[in-house]
Amino acid sequence: MQMRIMWRRCLSTSAVGLWDNVGLAPKDPILSITEAFLADSNPNKINLGVGAYRDDEGKPVVLQCVREADAKIAGSEFLESISRQGSLTLIEESVKLAYGETANVIKEGRFAGVQALSGTGACRLFAEFQRRFQPESRIYLPVPTWSKYSLLCTFSVPFRAYESQCFVSSVKYFLLNIRVPLSTVEICSSALRSHHNIWRDAQVPQRIFHYYHPESKGLHFSALMDDVKVKNHFPFFDMAYQGFASGDLDRDARAIRIFLEDGHLIGCAQSFAKIMGLYGQRVGCLSVLCLDAKQAIAVKSQLQQIARAMYSNPPVRGALLVSTILSDPDLKELWVKEVKVMANRVIRMRATLRENLEKLGSPLNWEHITNQIGMFCYSGLTPEQVDQLMKDFHIYMTCDGRISMAGITTGNVDYLANAMHEVTKSGQEA
Amino acid sequence: MVISLASASPSASPAMLENLKAQMKLGSSHVMFRKEKANPFIKTQSSGRITMALAVNVSRFEGVTMAPPDPILGVSEAFKADTNDMKLNLGVGAYRTEELQPYVLNVVKKAENRMLERRENKEYLPIEGLAAFNKVTAELLFGADNPIIQQGRVATVQGLSGTGSLRLAAVFIERYFPGAKVLISSPTWGNHKNIFNDSRVPWSEYRYYDPKTVGLDFDGLISDIKAAPEGSFVLLHGCAHNPTGIDPTPEQWEKIADIIQERNHIPFFDVAYQGFASGSLDADASSVRLFAARGLEILVAQSYSKNLGLYAERIGAINVVCSTSDAAARVKSQLKRIARPMYSNPPIHGARIVANVVGDPALFNEWKEEMELMAGRIKNVRQKLFDSLSAKDKSGKDWSFILKQIGMFSFTGLNKTQTDNMTDKWHVYMTKDGRISLAGLSLAKCEYLADAIIDSFHNVS
Repeated sequence: MQMRIMWRRCLSTSAVGLWDNVGLAPKDPILSITEAFLADSNPNKINLGVGAYRDDEGKPVVLQCVREADAKIAGSEFLESISRQGSLTLIEESVKLAYGETANVIKEGRFAGVQALSGTGACRLFAEFQRRFQPESRIYLPVPTWSKYSLLCTFSVPFRAYESQCFVSSVKYFLLNIRVPLSTVEICSSALRSHHNIWRDAQVPQRIFHYYHPESKGLHFSALMDDVKVKNHFPFFDMAYQGFASGDLDRDARAIRIFLEDGHLIGCAQSFAKIMGLYGQRVGCLSVLCLDAKQAIAVKSQLQQIARAMYSNPPVRGALLVSTILSDPDLKELWVKEVKVMANRVIRMRATLRENLEKLGSPLNWEHITNQIGMFCYSGLTPEQVDQLMKDFHIYMTCDGRISMAGITTGNVDYLANAMHEVTKSGQEA
Repeated sequence: MVISLASASPSASPAMLENLKAQMKLGSSHVMFRKEKANPFIKTQSSGRITMALAVNVSRFEGVTMAPPDPILGVSEAFKADTNDMKLNLGVGAYRTEELQPYVLNVVKKAENRMLERRENKEYLPIEGLAAFNKVTAELLFGADNPIIQQGRVATVQGLSGTGSLRLAAVFIERYFPGAKVLISSPTWGNHKNIFNDSRVPWSEYRYYDPKTVGLDFDGLISDIKAAPEGSFVLLHGCAHNPTGIDPTPEQWEKIADIIQERNHIPFFDVAYQGFASGSLDADASSVRLFAARGLEILVAQSYSKNLGLYAERIGAINVVCSTSDAAARVKSQLKRIARPMYSNPPIHGARIVANVVGDPALFNEWKEEMELMAGRIKNVRQKLFDSLSAKDKSGKDWSFILKQIGMFSFTGLNKTQTDNMTDKWHVYMTKDGRISLAGLSLAKCEYLADAIIDSFHNVS
């Protein structure tokens, strides 16, 4: 640092800059895909990297319930008092959604809830809180594993072997996507990268745990819960797709409710980005369950303290929209219907894609397309096949073979199936 | 074993942290066996067997203590609870009209209506924010025809108002200039310390407020900045210093720039009141432009909370002026990397409002008029308060600092006991450091406030 400063003094200001040691960050892979897609002039091109829902014409969607809430809020005077209430209502409604309207933790006020900047912000707040109050702990991030040939996966390391007092991140992959996702177990798989980066920037050490597909053999699910108890792990749920996965809000929160009933105190990050189409509004909720109301108040105060040094207060708009919708029975009913529509379209596309592939006589097993749920599908395509899809068929996806179902429409599903068949029909498994 | 944690405050010293580590003993756990009735609605293999109900009965958050209450929020709460007719809330940092009501700017309502009519979508913004916003915010700050913008030498990233933008910069400093210190004014906005503490950026203070003159301790300021290790970041308030309201004169700004250049320090501006201080957007940006004109590389955090009244939308930006456009591109890419694991991408609503207002000439002019009105009201209130104090106070004390200070806040020079008297006897709510918010003062209440200040100043020590 000294040398550089001395050198700086000798040279003119324009020749040597202060930021010389700042390298160019690697480009976001999803962004690169979008850029390549936009630059492509082929009429059949498909963008399967998009992270937001699209309708059957491939257009972004603003839900009707959101439009109506927007109109209701428009021109609100004295925004300050409204925004405070909006935030409180958001939290109340969020925890009801996650834990169930009649959950004891809610009745007894045993949760610390704060509005957060969507799912990412909620995870980050929690990660910072974890580092501050459990500095010796680690976060365990789940990595799906599977065997290509048998669609069975196993615990690579028995979960019990992990040390106690560590925090676990699960759900999004484990419980919501309770079907088998695909290979590519490096931490740089797009699904995992986000969680990894969040806890890394919060300076919480990480480990990976491989998890097992619980549906086929139910006992592993309760085995996980037992392990969590024995080892005194802390389950942290990242729930970004409640309602969006199966079409049923309660069903998608089943895992959380089961843990709750089993007596666990958990943490939960909720996002309204996909489920209400409020992507750019950045609205979500972080809740941490506590032993009693007093502790909940203390935990909440600390979470707010952490947020204060990050952005002071969360943005109001998204909170107002969510709270307006969830506290108005008609709007809420409308929302529930609209979420089902989105979920059903995705489910239909999954079925169609798989059917088409099977009709084409593909030698491979494509069950996983319909076994998986949610917006994304790990296709099982290798990086080489992905590349071929891009070059020969102008179909874009991340190199781990992850497909965004939102990018598939009745208009392009045949083309997609054909293309996928072409690049895989030799039947060679990587 | 219950793990008990010492209270961990954001400014925990290394010694405290060591203590914390020593107290935590991993590996042992308190085991309780309890027969639990299996839930008949859940199909699990574990029905009927003994469930180990463990640490769930002992929360790991036992040691989490209540965070200290926010000092300013406390003032508002106390004010609300006060039933006295004459009560006055001068703690609030948000603009109020003469009727002491919050104010949503007309241009903001117009912009929002347009946005509604256009039925815009709510898709994700890119990590760096709305391009249209980033463009206008940099132009507003530096001037649209500033060569540094033409040359692509400014890296601009939308941030969550001033706080969020400062935080991005703080993390950037910690990452690329580990060990470098940030120098902050004494006093400064309370949250500055929290932001640097949480980002693990060391800081120290430079003298700023002189209680004897109720003005700027210029010699102290220069001396402290000079004495700091070379290559420190110097946090400067672009205009309308918070909490004192005391800004350097143009000549003093030149000397500050001189000493910063001499010591190879990096200027780091916090601009939360552009346009709100003097009423002129350009005049309020002159300190920043002065530094930029010298060819210095600078950081500037902006906020639209006060000047566009967008407090709750959280809209601002971090700008980094670099010596080359290549450096700007690199810096921008790294700022994005910092933002992504914090909140992925910033909120759209506030960004769109700013882009609409600043990007439309008619709305922009209307905004300038509204801002002149807001700043004008503050100036009028200052004048009235000064006149009232001068008329009523026979001691010959010089109250002109009220007129010299600028912006929303004023340091009265009252000490803590005197401030308590303001609250207890006169029901005037303010912060303990003697700061009053003129935004919360109406012309109608100036005389009353003058009485309160004179009484507290002369009759209480």
